[in-house]
Parts: sequence; C-alpha cells; structure tokens
Amino acid sequence: MSSSKVLMPTEENISPPAPESSAVTSSHESSQEETEKVIKVNDLNFAYDGKKDVLRDISLEIQGGEVTAFIGPSGCGKSTLLRCFNRMNDLIPTASITKGSIEILGTDIYDQYVDEIELRKHVGMVFQKYNPFPKSIYENVAYGLRIQGIKDKATLDQSVEESLIGAGLWEEVKDRLDASGLGLSGGQQQRLCIARTIAVQPKIILMDEPCSALDPISTATVEDLITQLKSKFTIVIVTHNMQQATRVSDKTAFFYLGELIEYDSTTRLFGSPAVKQTEDYISGRFG
Amino acid sequence: MNEFSDNQILNKERPFAPQTQKRRQTDTAVSWVFRLATYGILACAAYIFGDIIVKGAPVVFRAEAPFINVEFFTRSPETLVVFETQDGTERQLAFSDYSQWKKDNPGVEIAKEHTHSYSGGGILGPLVGTALLTIICIVIALLIGQATAIFLNEYSSKGRFINVIRLAIMNLAGVPSVVFGLFGLGLFCLFFPVITTASELRVEGWRAIQLFGTEKYLAFQGWGTCMLAGGCTLAVMVLPVIITACEESLKAIPMGFREASLALGATKWQTIRTSVLPYAFPGMLTASVLGITRVAGETAPIMFTAALAHKDKLPWQGLAVNPESGFFGRMLSQVFGFFTESVQAMPYHIYTVAARIPQSEYTRPMQYGSVFVFMVLVMCLSALSVFLRIHYRKKMKW
Repeated sequence: MSSSKVLMPTEENISPPAPESSAVTSSHESSQEETEKVIKVNDLNFAYDGKKDVLRDISLEIQGGEVTAFIGPSGCGKSTLLRCFNRMNDLIPTASITKGSIEILGTDIYDQYVDEIELRKHVGMVFQKYNPFPKSIYENVAYGLRIQGIKDKATLDQSVEESLIGAGLWEEVKDRLDASGLGLSGGQQQRLCIARTIAVQPKIILMDEPCSALDPISTATVEDLITQLKSKFTIVIVTHNMQQATRVSDKTAFFYLGELIEYDSTTRLFGSPAVKQTEDYISGRFG
Repeated sequence: MNEFSDNQILNKERPFAPQTQKRRQTDTAVSWVFRLATYGILACAAYIFGDIIVKGAPVVFRAEAPFINVEFFTRSPETLVVFETQDGTERQLAFSDYSQWKKDNPGVEIAKEHTHSYSGGGILGPLVGTALLTIICIVIALLIGQATAIFLNEYSSKGRFINVIRLAIMNLAGVPSVVFGLFGLGLFCLFFPVITTASELRVEGWRAIQLFGTEKYLAFQGWGTCMLAGGCTLAVMVLPVIITACEESLKAIPMGFREASLALGATKWQTIRTSVLPYAFPGMLTASVLGITRVAGETAPIMFTAALAHKDKLPWQGLAVNPESGFFGRMLSQVFGFFTESVQAMPYHIYTVAARIPQSEYTRPMQYGSVFVFMVLVMCLSALSVFLRIHYRKKMKW
C-alpha cells in the first residue's frame, strides 16, 4: 500500500561520513570495512516449552550498519527471534533453541562459553513499553555503566551527555538531569531508554516495537533518531507498522507463523514482493 | 416515602408507581440488617477503646506537669503494699518504697496491711522486654523472610518443589501460636547448641562435644528461657506473613525494570539489588511493621520461651563477666549473656495481672494502665505502617 513511499536504496546508505562532533566512539568508525554479516542465523528452531517450535528453519544474515525490520502478524515469532539475539529468552526457564545456531560478530552466542551478561553489553535492547527506572534522568543513563563498576564522575558525566545527545534528548533535559525520568513525556521516555542503551556502547541495538506505545509525533521523532543511529549501530527493529518499516529500514524480513517468508531490501520487499503471502500481508489482505 | 405509602397512588394510571409495599419493606429491612451488623462492630470497638481509655488514661496521665505518670514508665512491676496507719490514713506503696518508708518512720504503727502482687511500680521491664523481643524477632524474620521471598519470586522456577515450599509456608501460618511456643521451647530453649564450661553442662552423650584442646563444650542443651529464644520463636511465627508480604511487593515491581536492567548487561543479583529491591522496599517495610504489631501482642509463644512474670533487673543489668578473658572474650560473653537473659513482656505481664492474681480495686490501675499503654503503642505502629504505605505510594509511582 505504501510502497511508493520507500525511502532509500540500501547500499549507498551503509557508510555515511561519521562527523567528529557526534557521540560516536572511535571504535565504530573503524568498522566501516566490516560491513559483513553482524548477525547470522543458521537454520534456527526455537521452542518455549522445549517441544513445540515457534520458530522454524530460520536462516538470515543481518548486515552491519543497517536497519533491519522484522514484520509480520502477531504471534509470528518476530519478537521471539529478536529476543534470541541477546538471549533474553533465557529468562524463561523452559525456552531454548532446538536446532541451528545464531552467530553474532562471528561467535555462536548459544555456545557454552558465551556469558549472556557479556553478550548483552554488546547487544542492547529497547522495549515496547518504555521502561525507564524510577530514578533521575542522569541515573537512568548512567545505570549501565554503574553496574559495570564505573564510578568516575567525569567518565559518567561525559557518557551521560554523549548518550543523551546521541538519543536527541540532551537539549530537552540538560537543565533537569536530576529530575525523575518518569516525569518525561512518552516519547522522551522512550528516547531516554535509547540513551540508556547506547550509553553501554553496544554494537547492535534490538528494538521491540519501540513506537507502539507512542503518539504519531513522538513516533516520528523516534524514527528520525533510528535513522541517525544506524551510522553507529546495527539496528534490528520489530514493528507492526509497515509504513514504519518502509520509513526506517534498509532490509525487511517478513515472518508468518514462525517461518521466515521473505527477506529482502525494504524497497524490493514492499515494491515487488516475491512471495504471494508477503504481498497479501503488505497490501493489508490479512494480518 | 410518604407519597409511595399512600395506597391511593397505587393504581394503573401511574405506570411507575410501586406495585407492592412488600418488596419495599423487604428492601428496607435487609438494608437495616446490614447496617446494624456494621454498627455493631463500631459499637464493640468503641466500647473496648472507650473502657480502656476511660480507666487507663488516668493511670498514665497526670493533671500537673509533666502530665505523665513518670514512675509508671521508669519502674518495673512490684508488689503493691496497701496499709493503714493508726490515724486511719490509707497509703499505697510499691514494696521497695514501703520498706524505705518503714525505715524512715520507725515510730509509726501499722494497723492494717495487705499486698497485691505485680500491682505496684510501673511497666518499664515489660516494655523493654517487648521492645527487645520484637526487634530480635523482626531482624531475624526479615533476614530469612526477605531471602525466601526473593528466592521464590526471582530465582525459583515453577515446579513441584516450589509448590511444596509454598504449601509449607501456608501451613506455617495455620499453626496455633501455643504450638509455636512449645516448639520454641523444645528447639531453642532446650536443644540449640551453646558453648559452655563443664560446670554448666547439663547434657551428656553426643549432645556434649568437647571442643578440641579446651575446657569448653559445644553442648546441645538450648539457650534456656531467654529473649533470643523468644525472638526466634516469634520470628518463625511471623515468617509466613513476612514472606507473603515481601513476595507481593516484589511481584508489584514491573517486569520491565528487570528486563531493562538485564538487557544493559547486569547480572541477576545486580538487577535485583538495583532495580527491584529499592522499589520493593516500601512494601517490605510496611509488611514488617505490620508483622511487628502482630508479634508484639503474642503471649503464647513467649510464655514458655522468654518471658518471666517477675524480674527485678533489666536484661542488660548485672551481666556476669569473666574478668580473666580478654577484651574480645568479654565482649562476646556480654553480648551472648545479654541475649540469653530472660525478660518481662507486655502481653505476658497483662496476662499475669489480669488473670493470675486476685482481683481488687487496688490492682485495677496496673491492669488498665498496662493495657492502655500497650494498646496505644500497637495502634501507633499500625498507624505508622499505614502512613509509610501512603507516603511511599505517592513517592514511588511508575
């Protein structure tokens, strides 16, 4: 339905010039040559109860420095797959992958030598319902660093400022960093959560329907932010909103009933979908 | 109502007029039954509080400065001596005052004299004892209760074992308090291990283990009747309440906090410590204050384990110290000695003065005074817990 609004061709957008003034860490700028596969899913099956697979035979590769959108009707497994990437599914005791593997930055993350705590420092996550801690704005952003044991005030100050700038929130909150994060508007709270996530300097940011609880104007702000962030982070975003997928993403994966139906550049997937189901879904015939 | 009760309007021309009086009457009657039941509760409460306040407040308060019966709060219960001198004046003195008075007035002949146990002096001993018992109890109960609640809510996975634990906690709540008292007597007073010398050894066989190379024994002979035993017994009793309440306050913390913290690379314990416990703390606090009010009033669990009806000294007075041991040893034995002192306690004191001594007009002030003070104390604690809850509810919103 909105395929004419598709924004960008993919390849040209991967490596934007990294401006010196921004909050980029130097390690990311050197990663331009590693536009290789940051996330690689090999023939993955996943079950919540150990028996019934809710994801089946998923294989896909996610390019570094891009925004990849997961779309599909409710219950299709897109959030489940997203939560596999930082092993948030480990919180459910019976849940496990039953087949295949996920490689992130070349490492099998379900390997026994992988510590999910360390993994999550590199794979951040932004949740559907914005969930800042009932602490000050400053403490919200500093949280990730504090739990890593960083106490130095100057380091924290700098990181908080950079992260808030990075999340486009600095100008709005710089005079009230000590105010509660819960006093912000919904959109601001979600951007605060994004600031909190990028403060830990992950390589990858997973976003689980980050705008579904926001009004249209806040949504637009967050979407702008996502397009800015992709110069420094690889972003995977789950969304129900197909227009949003076309606006922010470079690649789109369409999931249906636990299977990956189609995975292509956003332009092509929305412009000329190869599979009938995809076409039916994006044209609103079901879902 | 009047226009409805008028039969004239009960006709078919007025479609919404009441058709039968009977339904209305039933309605009114039922509403009055409910109303009276509710008012009945109010009447009971008012009678109890009123009676205690009317008869107890005069004991505690005084018309002139300092407006409070200081002696009532600074002395422990003693025998009350009521005597009449030759000139016909009647006097009431606590026993120690009476001895002093007789010394001061050697010439005076005493015509009539009768005594009333526990009715003189004040209630310092029981107050101190109850405070100490409650503090010990709540510290122990909170440590174990919070740990259990955290384990159950944060760490354990659902399964048979957890169900068994929950069942056990529920059953613990159903045990009568006197059974807890006997259990505490058997376990803490008569069995728990102490380190003791040969002269104080009361058990033999496997229950007395000589510590290697010393004259001391590790003896499973219990702590005796003491406030540590009483505090532990009360703690076991209040555990179900604390665990349940702590678990509820943990459950009230949104899952999002935990997920957000974990997603930032925090370990489980870091998450619990920084993003769960601080926000669950108010609820836990409220629960523990409510727990205090519950255990403070219990008589049965402490009457076998900790409380004495009569005791001259406060628990920290006259602790035996071995002068030969070093500083650390002295400290240790003093601390242990303190906790293994028996105490008086408010509920037990009230039970004693109310039910175990002959009643007369001379015993009334002590009875009502004690009950009044105790009631006010417990009510203050309840009010505090309500206040804390409201205060933190306002502060902690998400």
